[in-house]
Amino acid sequence: MSASGTIEGAAGREPHAPEATLGRKPDYLHAESTLRSWFLTTDHKRIAILYLISITGFFVIGALAAGVVRLALVVPNGAIMANDTYNKAFTIHGVVMVWFFLIPSIPATFGNFLIPLMIGAKDLAFPKLNLTSWYVFMTGALFTLASVVLGGVDTGWTFYAPLSTAFSNTWVLPALIGVTIVGFSSILTGLNFVVTIHTMRAPGMTWFKLPIFVWTHYATSLIFLLATPVITTALILLIAERGFHVGVFDPAYGGDPVLFQHLFWFYSHPAVYIMVLPGMGVISEIVPAFARKKLFGYRFVAYASIGLASVTFFVWGHHMFVNGQSDLASLVFSSLSFAVAVPSAVKVYNWTATIHKGSLRLDTPMLYAMGYIGLFVLGGLTGLYLATLAINQHVHATYFVVAHFHYIMVGGTVLAFLGGLHFWWPKFTGRMYSEPWGRVSAVLIFLGFNVTFFPQFILGYLGMPRRYATYPPEFQLLNVLSSAGATILAAGYIFPMLYLVYSLWFGRKAAANPWDAKGLEWETSSPPPTLNFVSPPEVPRVPYDYPIQAQESSDQHR
Amino acid sequence: MTPDHPALQLWPVAASATAVETDQLILAFTVLTLVLTVPVFLAITWFALRYREGSDANREPSGIRSNLIEISWMLVPFLLTLVFFAWGARLFVDSRNPPPDSMVIEAVGRQWMWKFQHPTGQAEINDLHLPIGQPIKMHIISQDVIHALYLPAVRMQVAALPDRYTEMWFKADKVGTFHLYCSEYCGTDHSVMGGKVTFMNPGDYQDWLVHAGAEQGKVAAGRALYQAYGCAACHEPGSPVGAPGLAGLYGSRVRLADGRTVVADNGWLRQKILNPNGDRLAGGGKQVMPSFAGLIPEDELGRLIDFIKAYPGPGQSAEATR
Repeated sequence: MSASGTIEGAAGREPHAPEATLGRKPDYLHAESTLRSWFLTTDHKRIAILYLISITGFFVIGALAAGVVRLALVVPNGAIMANDTYNKAFTIHGVVMVWFFLIPSIPATFGNFLIPLMIGAKDLAFPKLNLTSWYVFMTGALFTLASVVLGGVDTGWTFYAPLSTAFSNTWVLPALIGVTIVGFSSILTGLNFVVTIHTMRAPGMTWFKLPIFVWTHYATSLIFLLATPVITTALILLIAERGFHVGVFDPAYGGDPVLFQHLFWFYSHPAVYIMVLPGMGVISEIVPAFARKKLFGYRFVAYASIGLASVTFFVWGHHMFVNGQSDLASLVFSSLSFAVAVPSAVKVYNWTATIHKGSLRLDTPMLYAMGYIGLFVLGGLTGLYLATLAINQHVHATYFVVAHFHYIMVGGTVLAFLGGLHFWWPKFTGRMYSEPWGRVSAVLIFLGFNVTFFPQFILGYLGMPRRYATYPPEFQLLNVLSSAGATILAAGYIFPMLYLVYSLWFGRKAAANPWDAKGLEWETSSPPPTLNFVSPPEVPRVPYDYPIQAQESSDQHR
Repeated sequence: MTPDHPALQLWPVAASATAVETDQLILAFTVLTLVLTVPVFLAITWFALRYREGSDANREPSGIRSNLIEISWMLVPFLLTLVFFAWGARLFVDSRNPPPDSMVIEAVGRQWMWKFQHPTGQAEINDLHLPIGQPIKMHIISQDVIHALYLPAVRMQVAALPDRYTEMWFKADKVGTFHLYCSEYCGTDHSVMGGKVTFMNPGDYQDWLVHAGAEQGKVAAGRALYQAYGCAACHEPGSPVGAPGLAGLYGSRVRLADGRTVVADNGWLRQKILNPNGDRLAGGGKQVMPSFAGLIPEDELGRLIDFIKAYPGPGQSAEATR
């Protein structure tokens, strides 16, 4: 375990056979090797790997659709593809990225793998339910992919009625059924996490010794449980209206289309925090490990997670300021939305304070974490611009919104996902990736992301509406710039897929704790044995017990 | 037509007092954003350099109580941003309450065109002509899905809902031609559902109502319908379908497959649109045009024929009919 900070590049490695674990009990990867042992596994770590492979596939599909969108927008007159093709491409991009990548991304992979390890448990509370959730997820995915293969959907990921229920001539029903089914997988995962965190903590692992990663997943699970049933209901009503003309949202059948938007955003705004909170958990693990310093303001950061998960239920109306909602409701939702700034600021300032007077190592995970902080801050503050009523009635539904939520979801969630993937890759696979390639890719992604999305803030304020297959010629230069950035971003995504897979066979073998990090997941071997720990782990006196202590706040030693 | 197409525009034209104030609001908010973020970015960069592993920086705790820091960085940014909530809310409330002397324009959205009607009865499609210095209240509704009327020059957009009126008001103060968009995704041709809003001096607006509103407006309306009903996809020169062109058609003598010759007048064109299978053309290709009987209302048929009538002869630019 001497490898801290001295990870060499590909040049210093020697290939190892994967089964070089002679003389030890086999780890979870090698315990059994039949396909059946994977597809019927109840090991939370194997299920996490099943999820990781699945969501990587969906990320590739969603990214290809984004590539089609950026290609089309290189020219203003729509000469590259028909409007319908463009509309289907951005719909697939949104549906796949939101429901099949971002929402399950960190919870279903890292959460699944790490929560039991972090709390010193052998598995999640309901292992079979965990496997079920993956099968439910894949069933929903098959329906959605079927709609793409049959000819696509063109409603946008928001499925607004009555466009989705009465006017679109595309394969809306399979897509709706798929997304409805996927919701159940979220609910099962959330339920499993809540029960696990309440009942399966190792002796001595009290609530305020839990890593922030566990706190944020607890908060995320509450949103899974409380918000997901609402979108399920809304989607079932859409299905009923489209399939059987049950009048709920379409005025032609006596319905109200604004009602759908209320139900949709009652889930979909909290869903933003399903995507953001787990990322915050990842960053809260990476920053102390690479600053060699205790997390600053641990309790405040923990409470801020629960705070975000609560406030997020009261701000959905800020998506509807110009959509026919009453002006009074808009005023109330606008003011409540500003409250989100408080817990968000707590997180950002505490990470920054953790770096202060630390002993920093700028390895790949830390580069992603620092990029995350910058992009999340910009994404968060532009969210306040959008919550400001007079600004919103200009930039609502323009590229300003597109830029804002990509700063949150790509700058936030995807960077946290990649940072976490590199941080825990040795734990998941028992192999080290190429550190130089990791750093190059992290920098490429940060640059490519900003070149892609920063111009979109300007496009939005200039008044370019989103979801436009054609656009006025004066916007072409910024659009070409954005598309050029997307190619850099694509390169940044392709490199990790290559060197991470390469490392599975040829990477240097990882020690149990290659980063010299704190947390129970580093107390067991890499990769861990099937039941996680050979002997019960000893819970440390305080969380984040790094060599450099943060400023002690009065309550941290209780 | 936009007056000019700068290759790189960095700030949109503001054509109303509300637009100017919205710009001030976002600029001031950006200053605050810089105040809140630049120190964080500089701090992270500085710390990353100063406190790298192995540097001889002082890492002794500085002795400040962290609860005090926590509370101040929770509350100070929040209270500062609340100023912008209040400013934005005040401007929003103003822009939601039209003055009683507003001139009312009826706006109807449908897949994929906007129809506008002036108080004096003149109607326009996709284009909108308005006087400056006069409060304008748009009375908006949709005939099918949800649309939204978006006028960036006055920094304003409002949804067009089926079955329910919504409102938007503004007072333009700058003469010029600006974009008019649909900003709520509404299906296939969402991105072409729009046109131009032209703000004019009140005298020019009166002239427009008398002349252009009646004549030029008819042709522009016909062109919009020609696009909206999908006629253009086959009848524009260069279309892969190769449907008969419209240049010089109106009033010409047309030879039919059965040997007769007819004059392409209003009545014949109307019949041919409603029942394309009748009166086959001599030497024409395969008849693939669908019947539009029952699909196009009479007044719109009239506009389409006006458009065909004004369609430029061979060699002229199609732009001339705008």
